[in-house]
Amino acid sequence: MSKKLLKGNEAIGEAAIKANCRYYFGYPITPQNEIPEFFAKEFPRVGGVFIQAESEIAAINMVYGAAAAGARVMTSSSSPGISLKMEGISYIAAAELPCVIANIMRGGPGLGGIQPAQSDYFQATKGGGHGDYRMIVFSPASVQELYNLTKKAFYLADYYRIPVMILGDGFLGQMMESVEMDGQNDTCEPIPKPWAITGCRGREKQYINTLYLVPEELAELNDRLQEKYRQIKNSEQAYEEYYMEDADFVLVSFGIAARICKEAVDLARDKGIRAGLIRPITLWPFPEKAFADLTRAKNILNVEMNAGQMVEDVKLAVSCKIPVHFYGCTGGLLPSSKEIVNRIEMLGGTPK
Amino acid sequence: MSVILKKPLSLTDKKFHYCPGCTHGVIHRLIAEIIDEYDIREQTIGIAPVGCSVFLDWYFNFDIIQAAHGRAPAVATGVKRVLTENVVFTYQGDGDLASIGIAELIHAAARGENITIVFINNACYGMTGGQMAPTTLEKQITTTTPYGRDHKTSGSPFFVPELLTNMHGVGFLSRRAINNPKNIVRTKKSLKTAFKVQMEGLGFSLVEILSICPVNWGMDPQKSMQWLEDNIIPHYPLGDIKMPDFDV
Repeated sequence: MSKKLLKGNEAIGEAAIKANCRYYFGYPITPQNEIPEFFAKEFPRVGGVFIQAESEIAAINMVYGAAAAGARVMTSSSSPGISLKMEGISYIAAAELPCVIANIMRGGPGLGGIQPAQSDYFQATKGGGHGDYRMIVFSPASVQELYNLTKKAFYLADYYRIPVMILGDGFLGQMMESVEMDGQNDTCEPIPKPWAITGCRGREKQYINTLYLVPEELAELNDRLQEKYRQIKNSEQAYEEYYMEDADFVLVSFGIAARICKEAVDLARDKGIRAGLIRPITLWPFPEKAFADLTRAKNILNVEMNAGQMVEDVKLAVSCKIPVHFYGCTGGLLPSSKEIVNRIEMLGGTPK
Repeated sequence: MSVILKKPLSLTDKKFHYCPGCTHGVIHRLIAEIIDEYDIREQTIGIAPVGCSVFLDWYFNFDIIQAAHGRAPAVATGVKRVLTENVVFTYQGDGDLASIGIAELIHAAARGENITIVFINNACYGMTGGQMAPTTLEKQITTTTPYGRDHKTSGSPFFVPELLTNMHGVGFLSRRAINNPKNIVRTKKSLKTAFKVQMEGLGFSLVEILSICPVNWGMDPQKSMQWLEDNIIPHYPLGDIKMPDFDV
């Protein structure tokens, strides 16, 4: 047993080192500055390479280069900086390079604010950059989960040759919780990378490319990517259920907002309302499996710290057969558990 | 019969797709000869730009990574920091390097990244059809300066290696031209020095090569060479700008 009190942002760094990531390229932006600062301090001790890049654009392209060379590598940023990385992420997806990107979200659009938000759901799950690509998107709700999922992210990135995003928010990045550092089941074993660009000694030359001028060849790349995404959709959906056994009023929420929803479920249960919570842990692939058999549910309330970006995925997951409502707040404000219970009652969640 | 001249091992057999009179082919060959001469083919990694030379992999017989527009120095940084013993170079045109990628270039130089940049300056965007580049001369006509480049509205051409001279981590800077055999030999020597600087761990090296673009300039290759000599070379002085203390 090895427990440590960690800030969320530091937990990302600890997990990366544990997962044998030795390359980090990033650029300062609030509220994730502890991540580059962690690597600047800790990497020299373990032989890692930290570069404070001149821009988010340069940082993600350094990630592209290091990943192409076969390294475990990551970058991090917060919302406006992630927008800048989107060009590089599209190239990384096209070149099928593994890497981990942490987005410790703040409110937008534009420069927005520095308070926590969840308003990059669309950007993370629907593309963000150009072209038909996806990345695995993890939504941790505690510092422990941030640690566990960051480790897992490196493994899945290598396994599927895909960028994996850790989608946290400013609360999660800044708050401190105790983290169990050992005994995690997630495997982080290195995966051979025969495709890496390392110089052609003892083999044929290799090429990493994202340009296909022949339409059939570009279609072939897209077919291969879509097949990979289908596999991920089948194998990697993850979610948590809370009091779902008999729930007829279902909250759906991710990340830090889902923690508030847990309290709301407890409060509603105290009032005799059969409330429950589905918390997607993977935002892409969206955990449709959690919604496959909601026979008892009469109402769904989606709670997010944005203007309702996950609502459409929930509606699709239930084929619009159950009414899906929304309660959220923007700008860095937090939903309150009491207000969530009020909404439940307004929407007809009544004691049984 | 003994073979006295042959195709470098570092070039593939593929025929160049470049336009008639284009100088990319000559420069590719010079790089391949140098890599053969240093016997570093198996440890060399080239970073391709976006532009006419995007398909470096077709022609070079070693590992290549194709980068986003202008980002080659950042990609090269990532590669070289992982593979410190390999030889890493970028091959970039004037739009890629001096316009969209100028930040990545300047900061790779400022960090003293131990990489080599081959910078092809033909004073226009080639692949997109001859638009103005940062290095387009004043009064030069391009498709986006149809009345001639006017510094009052479109800026002035600037000098890339000269921007980098006072940076501590820069080991070698040179500007050459590809207009005649004498200058081709000098270009090769500068490229050879640039690779040597990297192999000796002496930091960032860059060779700018003044080139032609006959199709987009609207001239035949011979007239293009004449235009290079009469207009571009007088504007961009040739020579080594920052030197290491050895000779190749």
